[in-house]
Amino acid sequence: MTELNKLTISDARDALRKGDLSAIELTEGCIKAVEGADALNAYSTTSFDAARQQAEAADQRLKAGDAPDLCGIPLGIKDLFCTRGVASQAASNILRGFRPEYESTITSQLWDQGAVMLGKLNMDEFAMGSSNETSAYGPVVSPWRRQGSDVPLTPGGSSGGSAAAVAADLCLAATGTDTGGSIRQPAAFTGIVGLKPTYGRCSRWGIIAFASSLDQAGPMTKTVRDAAIMLRAMCGHDPKDSTSADIPVPDFEAALTGDIRGKKIGLPREYRLEGMPDEIEKLWAEGAEMLRDAGAEIIDVSLPHTKYALPAYYVIAPAEASSNLARYDGVRYGHRARLDAGDGITEMYEKTRAEGFGAEVKRRVMIGTYVLSAGFYDAYYNRARKVRALIKKDFDDVFATGVDAILTPATPSAAFGLGEMADQDPVKMYLNDVFTVTVNLAGLPGISVPTGLNHEGLPLGLQLIGRPWEEADLLNSAYSLERAAGFVSKPGKWW
Amino acid sequence: MSIDKETARRVAHLARIKVEDGDLETLAGELSNILGFMEQLNEVDVEGVEPMTSVTPMALKRRKDEVTDGGYQDKILSNAPDAREGFFAVPKVVE
Repeated sequence: MTELNKLTISDARDALRKGDLSAIELTEGCIKAVEGADALNAYSTTSFDAARQQAEAADQRLKAGDAPDLCGIPLGIKDLFCTRGVASQAASNILRGFRPEYESTITSQLWDQGAVMLGKLNMDEFAMGSSNETSAYGPVVSPWRRQGSDVPLTPGGSSGGSAAAVAADLCLAATGTDTGGSIRQPAAFTGIVGLKPTYGRCSRWGIIAFASSLDQAGPMTKTVRDAAIMLRAMCGHDPKDSTSADIPVPDFEAALTGDIRGKKIGLPREYRLEGMPDEIEKLWAEGAEMLRDAGAEIIDVSLPHTKYALPAYYVIAPAEASSNLARYDGVRYGHRARLDAGDGITEMYEKTRAEGFGAEVKRRVMIGTYVLSAGFYDAYYNRARKVRALIKKDFDDVFATGVDAILTPATPSAAFGLGEMADQDPVKMYLNDVFTVTVNLAGLPGISVPTGLNHEGLPLGLQLIGRPWEEADLLNSAYSLERAAGFVSKPGKWW
Repeated sequence: MSIDKETARRVAHLARIKVEDGDLETLAGELSNILGFMEQLNEVDVEGVEPMTSVTPMALKRRKDEVTDGGYQDKILSNAPDAREGFFAVPKVVE
C-alpha cells in the first residue's frame, strides 16, 4: 500500500483489523505528509512523539481484537479543543503558552477509542472568521488552486486548518467546530465532507467557547461514511455539559443504505439569492435532480425569515462572545501586558486584552458589549432572540409537513483568494455564512457534501439540513447524494 | 443607530479593551456599519414572540449540591502569568 495518509477512515479501519496495516505505519505515513506540508500552515502544533505512543498502544489493542472503529486512526484536532499538555490557544495571542491541565470530553472519547492525535489545527482566532485570516498563527493556505494560477486561496473558516489538512491528506480526518458555518463552509471550499450535529449531540466541555448557544463540534472527513463513523465516536451524553442531550447514540454507519426512495427533500425558495453565481444555481439544481433520480420527492418549501438570520446571528453570537471572552483578563492563563508604573487592575485588563485579541475579535466583543448594554438590550439582543425563535419556527413548520431534509447550496461562491476580502467591509465577509447560519440558529444538523467543481476547477458543495436528532437519516441522504455526484477530485500537490 | 466617538470610547472601556484615541473614529465607523446591518431586524413583526432561551427544549438536570471534584491548586495555577504562594497575583486593587 502506498501513501497511507490518503486512506479513508473506513478503509484504514478494515485494513488495520485484518492486519494488512499497522497503526504505527499509518501514523508514520501521516507524519511524513505533515512534515512536507509546512507551506499550507494547517498545523499549529504537532505532537508526533505522543502520536507514536498512541499508535503503538493501538496496535496492541488491535492484536487483542475487538478494537473500536477509530483504533489506530490518525486525526488532527482543531486548536479550539483543550488537549492536556498540548498547546491549545484558539489561534489567539491572548492564550499564548496555554497548556491545559485537562482534556476536552470529545478528545477524551476519541483517545479512549484508540485514535491517534497528530497535532492541533490552525483556525480563525476564537473561531471568528470565514477565511482563516484572523489566526494569530497566520492564515492556512488551501491545497486547492485555480486552474493555471498560483494565487493562494483560503480554505475557508473558521475550521480552515481542519479542512486543509483533510483535503491535503495530512490526517485521515479532523475535528471541527461550527457556530455559524465553520465546519460546512471550509468543507465546501476544500471538497470534503463536514457535519454539524444537532445542538446538544456533542459535548462542548473543554472546547474554548465562542457563542455557547450556537457552538457545536463535528467531524470533517473525506467521505460521508467516515463522517458517520467519526460522529458516533464524538457524541454522547456528558454530565459536564448541561446542554448535552441524554439520548442514545445510534450506529450512524449502519444507517447508510443509500436508499432514499420516498423521502421528501425540500428546496427553500428564499435561498435563491439575487446575484448568486449561475454555477451555484446549476449545482443546486443538479443535486436536486440526483436525489430525485434516487427516488426522493423534491418539493418547494418556504423559510420566510431566512433573510434575517445573518443580522440576528451577528447580534446573538457577539453578545455571547463578549460574555465568554470576559475570562481573558491576564490573571489565570495566557498573556498579561507589561504594565507601566502606577497602572492598576483596570489598565492591566485593558492593555492585556488590547494586545492579546486580534482586530476581528475586538470588533465582535465590542459589538456584543454594546448590544447587551443598558438601554440597547431590548432593541438588539431581545429582538434578535425573538427573530431566532421565528427562524426555528420556519424549520419546524416545514418539517411538520413531512419534509425529511432540506437541500441548499453550502456557500454562495467557491473559495476566494487570501487577502481578497481584506479591504472589504466586515459585513461582506459575514455573507459567506448566509446558507449555513440558519441551521445553527435553529439547532439543526447540517452536512456539506462536495458535488462539483466551478469553472476554475475549485470544489463546490451542497448542504443537507435534517430534523433534530436525525443525523442517521441525514447521513443516509448525504450518502446517496455523494454516490450520485461521484466527486473524486483532489487538489494537485504543489506544496 | 450610529455610534459616535464618545460611544465607541465608552463601549471599549466597558469591554475592557484599550483603544488609542486616534483609532476611535475608525472604530466608531466600523461599529456603526455593523449595527446598520442589524437594523434589518426592525422589519420583522415580533409581536407576541417569546425570545428564545433554549434551542432544544430540555429540562436542566439536577444533582446533589456537594463537592465532587477539586484539590488541585497547582494545576489551576500552572498557567497563570503571575502566581505566588498559592494565589493568582494582580496589581494592587485597593489603595
